[in-house]
Amino acid sequence: MNPVLEVKKLSRYFGGLKAVSEVDLSIAPNEIVALIGPNGAGKTTFFNCITGIYEPSEGEVLLHANGTTTSLNGKKPHAITALGLARTFQNIRLFQEMTVLENVMVGFHCRTSAGIMGALLHTPAALREEQETIDQAYGLLRSVNLHNSYAAKARNLPYGAQRRLEIARALATSPAVLLLDEPAAGMNPFETRELETLVQRIREAHKLCVLLIEHDMNIVMSMSDRIYVMEYGSCIAEGTPMEIRHNPKVIKAYLGEESHA
Amino acid sequence: MEQLLYFFELFFGGLTRGSIYALIALGYTLVYGIIELINFAHGEIYMLGAFTAMVVAGVLGVYGLPSAAILIIAALCAVVWVGAYGFTIEKIAYKPLRGAPRLSPLISAIGMSIFLQNYVILAQTSDFVSFPQLLPELPFLEKIGSIMGESDFIILVTSTATMIALTLFIRYSKTGKAMRATAQNRTMALLLGIDANKIISMTFIIGSALAAIGGVLIAAHMGQINFAIGFLAGMKAFTAAVLGGIGSVPGAMVGGLVLGLCESFTTGYFSGDYEDVLSFGILVLILVLRPDGILGKAKVQKV
Amino acid sequence: MFKTRIIKALLAALWFMVLTFPIVGIQVNTTARNINWRWDRIASMGIGIFVLALLWNWCFERKALGLPIIKKLPDSFHYSFNELQNRPLFKKGLPIAILAAMLLMPLVSSIYQTNIMISAMVYVILALGLNIIVGLAGQLVLGYAAFYAVGAYTYGLLYHYFGLTFWACLPLGGLAAVIAGFLLGLPVLGLRGDYLAIVTLGFGEIVRLLLLSQGDITGGPRGISNIPRPSFFGMKMTLDQVTNYTYYLVLAGVLITILVISRLKNSRIGLALQALREDEIACEAMGINTTRIKLTAFMLCSCWAGFAGVIFAAKTTYLNPASFTFMDSAMILSMVVLGGMGSISGVVLAAMLLILAPEYLRAFSEYRMLLFGAVMVLMMIFRPQGIIAGAHRDYHISENIREKASPEDEEGNADSAERASA
Repeated sequence: MNPVLEVKKLSRYFGGLKAVSEVDLSIAPNEIVALIGPNGAGKTTFFNCITGIYEPSEGEVLLHANGTTTSLNGKKPHAITALGLARTFQNIRLFQEMTVLENVMVGFHCRTSAGIMGALLHTPAALREEQETIDQAYGLLRSVNLHNSYAAKARNLPYGAQRRLEIARALATSPAVLLLDEPAAGMNPFETRELETLVQRIREAHKLCVLLIEHDMNIVMSMSDRIYVMEYGSCIAEGTPMEIRHNPKVIKAYLGEESHA
Repeated sequence: MEQLLYFFELFFGGLTRGSIYALIALGYTLVYGIIELINFAHGEIYMLGAFTAMVVAGVLGVYGLPSAAILIIAALCAVVWVGAYGFTIEKIAYKPLRGAPRLSPLISAIGMSIFLQNYVILAQTSDFVSFPQLLPELPFLEKIGSIMGESDFIILVTSTATMIALTLFIRYSKTGKAMRATAQNRTMALLLGIDANKIISMTFIIGSALAAIGGVLIAAHMGQINFAIGFLAGMKAFTAAVLGGIGSVPGAMVGGLVLGLCESFTTGYFSGDYEDVLSFGILVLILVLRPDGILGKAKVQKV
Repeated sequence: MFKTRIIKALLAALWFMVLTFPIVGIQVNTTARNINWRWDRIASMGIGIFVLALLWNWCFERKALGLPIIKKLPDSFHYSFNELQNRPLFKKGLPIAILAAMLLMPLVSSIYQTNIMISAMVYVILALGLNIIVGLAGQLVLGYAAFYAVGAYTYGLLYHYFGLTFWACLPLGGLAAVIAGFLLGLPVLGLRGDYLAIVTLGFGEIVRLLLLSQGDITGGPRGISNIPRPSFFGMKMTLDQVTNYTYYLVLAGVLITILVISRLKNSRIGLALQALREDEIACEAMGINTTRIKLTAFMLCSCWAGFAGVIFAAKTTYLNPASFTFMDSAMILSMVVLGGMGSISGVVLAAMLLILAPEYLRAFSEYRMLLFGAVMVLMMIFRPQGIIAGAHRDYHISENIREKASPEDEEGNADSAERASA
């Protein structure tokens, strides 16, 4: 099957430092792919290159969605999101002072169109669109089980709930690919299991593929279809969880320490 | 020959102005380097320096001291008191806002600036006051008197000496090293046992003292001061700091001199009407086109 | 505990007495060569600081404990107040009562009073306009007076050279300010927050300096005089009538502004602006073109300043660059800060307070700008959300959506703990 997201020989330099060097990656429809590696391996930089926060120094990022192929190189983050690539952040970046529902409503911005005039004159089209946005946002909140606290301020949510709200907010942009940056960081084992079912459910319900960075090996091994391993900016291995578990390079570089711990 | 003389007159005039801008700009740059705050009240610090010196010089003048002694004592008092003002302002208006959203301390600084201007209006006057004529006569300048006056000479010498002293201090003293470390990485400096609060206080005191020197020099040069002189001087010095790359100490010095020369030459060869427009224009252009300045390095934003 | 507090306050008082000694305690007349030692002022400074230091420490202790600075009213009172607030009579009645009072005011007050109220309302319009970009979008703009000046001078100049009337100039003034906003906004809105603040400040000063230096066109520091007041179908009006007419005009302007801003705030654009204020990177990651949305907000805000400028010119009938200094920008900013960023009622209240209080409390007027400055510092430290924090809207969720039990719920996922806590 054709991939949805295709990254070809992506490199990013900071001065003389190669943060990411010639990484190839592809994600097939409906696939959950994990990107693992020790701290400082360049995973988040890789994410930032794909989502347009950094411009790749070399290489190409291609998105095959809605029947067209688009190069994401040189595109602004908002344009990339509009093309169908949504993300969450390693250190949660919610709109803290806004309500839970409003956070998700913001996610619908690029899928709606009401302008200033519509808002000021309260045109029927604008009002209808707004009500649809509210209802859809509420629906998304229900799917991450936050609908009961829709009127709370985002900052007042417990930590795990904030992570789920970030996912709901990303889903509001109706992405083809969802990028999750350490979604289980700081969660307890119970919340982590919940997250796992949530991500799998989202994949089914929204027909999207997921790329996640994660340190928690349990969740990575049990939920991902394929795994990429990065070290010192390069991709050193790629394969199914079973293959990665037995890859000598990976064991040496990374999992070796983990399995003894 | 006439033209060459005129050129040199403008050149030294520009250097004089520029070195004052540089002295004030250092305060902006030092503070920005450490806590990433545009200390909007810094221009008012400079104005307070001029006023403190004016008051002290006035008192001493009534008791009839020699003018050179008055100038030195007044300048020292200004440095001490204004350093104390800088310290106090930081404690009141900025310290409680560490960790607040980025714009909060800036708004607080604007408030502080308005407060200080009106403090001087209420405590002293809103009119111009004359600053006593204290600069000594320097006979050896007579030959080149047309291109450089006494005050120009004294300003150039004093500010150069101050800037050399500052550079040595930052490079070699323990506090200076700690300041540089804090500017590079506050968390790391903290882990190494540097007391960040103390360093920030020191930075404010040093920056204020530099501005006070600038204030005294310019007051003695111009002969009159009022409560509002800090705003324009502050904005120009900030322009200088940005021009050289805010956060960079040599940048502030270079930026000050460049701005001073630009102003002097435009005023001399074109028209004096656009002097202030020019510096604000430079400020806007440099921020838009090259916000990291001439000597600053571009920073990568962390996500 | 009590003792350390007293000692701390005494030390602070001593520190400030020494600190302020040269500026507050001595006045020298350099020409007459006499010194005026003002020990009384230093003494009152000491006493004042002692009290303030006690208060300051007390405030910080409460802040550290997470308590509000002003004690909450007793619960019973609080409860009855909430009750009152929710009563339809109060909810609808209060605005109607205020509106009625505002409508009746010029009929009973003197021209002088009406004029003061008009200037207060012009400031309300200005502050609400600035609230779009500062309060909603979180972008600090320090050169707001420049757009105000563009509007005012558009009317002044178009009248002076072409004889255009107030009504023709009102939209033109807004348009001119929008164009200025667009031209400035396009290159600068990508800048980081504090740089944006300084660039707009620089722009504001450039506009003012140009108005000063282009004396052939703008009249320089002398300005433009004899600008006509607003007309009503060419009717001849006495000064009394024209003042009242202007009053109602400005009142209508305030009401329209409130309507526009509250609708904008709750719209799709408004939500995007608030998201921008909260977190620019996350906002961009939501597919929002932050540059474009900032530009939209900036143009709308400058448009409002342009309208207010035309009204101001018509009200004072006289213009010069001294009305458009940085201090004016800072004053409008302090209204937004005091009122609460993004809060409409707060900003209206703050603008009224800051303009009317100095007019009616004469003793206070001397200290006006001093207090503006202090208010900005103190608000940032103790109550950054302003006197009245922005209210959150109640969203109505369609019944069928709310009722529907989603299929995910039925799967019996392990979220029950979360649901119990929610």
